[in-house]
Amino acid sequence: MNRLASRLPAIVEQHQREILAEWVRLQLESGNWRAGRLQESQLRDESQKFIGLLAGTLQNTVQFDARNAQWAELREFLSELSRSRATQGFSPSQVATFVFSLKQPIFGRLRLALAKEPEALADAMWEINTLLDALGLYTTEVYQQAREAVISRQQEELIELSTPVVELWPGILALPLIGTLDSERTQVVMETLLQRLVATGSSIAVIDITGVPTVDTLVAQHLLKTVSAAQLMGADCIISGIRPQIAQTIVHLGIDLSAVATKASLSDAFALALKRRGLAVTSSTAAARG
Amino acid sequence: MDRVPILRLGDCLLVTVQVDMHDELAMSLQDDLTNKIVATKARGVLIDISALEMVDSFIGRMLGNIASMSRILDAQTVVVGMQPAVAITLVELGLSLPGIRTALNVDAGLALLRRALDRGDEGGYVD
Repeated sequence: MNRLASRLPAIVEQHQREILAEWVRLQLESGNWRAGRLQESQLRDESQKFIGLLAGTLQNTVQFDARNAQWAELREFLSELSRSRATQGFSPSQVATFVFSLKQPIFGRLRLALAKEPEALADAMWEINTLLDALGLYTTEVYQQAREAVISRQQEELIELSTPVVELWPGILALPLIGTLDSERTQVVMETLLQRLVATGSSIAVIDITGVPTVDTLVAQHLLKTVSAAQLMGADCIISGIRPQIAQTIVHLGIDLSAVATKASLSDAFALALKRRGLAVTSSTAAARG
Repeated sequence: MDRVPILRLGDCLLVTVQVDMHDELAMSLQDDLTNKIVATKARGVLIDISALEMVDSFIGRMLGNIASMSRILDAQTVVVGMQPAVAITLVELGLSLPGIRTALNVDAGLALLRRALDRGDEGGYVD
């Protein structure tokens, strides 16, 4: 069947102002927009811009395709909108509703304009329906991407923040570990520690696990790997901050830590490190009295 | 063909690996070093691998072999200046080079060797 060209673009173009007025009225009535920090004037501007872009693009094509350059402008606008709504505290479904809510005014307008041509009406309805669905889903996708970007950035920051290597004494480094050790973090910890060993020329590293909530076989394996790597480079490691429960867990799991010096507290480990380097801390008052 | 230079330092030998080791170079180093230990009656061998940025399991095993051969010839081996990336790779490969002493740099390695020789260790087992 050789169908006539779609009537949708012409109708949207022609009744753009009425559709916009109706749409804004519906949105304001629904109260959906109040969920976030959005001004009424901004809602009007955005609605106007969206419908303008939509009407313009419809002149060229009625099939949404995210990769098609014809949709670039509208896509750009929606991405921007989605991101700003995300920061304003809207939920993804509320962002998508912004697009979906346009259906009602357009359907109403189509029904009036094509009242005598049921076939053309059905076609136009179908077109606008598919199109707005695709655009609505697109906003959700962008919203999700924006959230994921935030999450991954925070994850990176967390990893960087959580691996400080401090110099306790010339030649003695300490690595206070806080939080759960997973493979990725251990990799960063290992690299940071080894690089600092080279940079400072330190021969002893104290790994303090006071802040590590649980030690399982995997964590222990990660620790032992770090210790072996440091030993290969010519540095000794001392593991400190082993809490009573963790000592029990280690033994119950049958983990062999006998290759590494272990101490209950950081100060004990520091004392051992000083001893290995041939240093001692003495009381100056005692010396003065003596 | 390029060779790895072996320098004499008192009763020790200093091997500085300055290019990426390929297998052939590693084999010729084993030959050269064992010959040199015998010829100079060296008591210690320092292998500086600070310029080495990549290792594979073969090179890792080769380092272990060199240490074992030196031990048989009554010389102690210290590997110095291993890069972090190399250390991580070796650990991941499961090669923790047992029986090899390591030090951060040539200075520390030489001091370690000197102490060990002064103690009169019998080239052999590392505790």
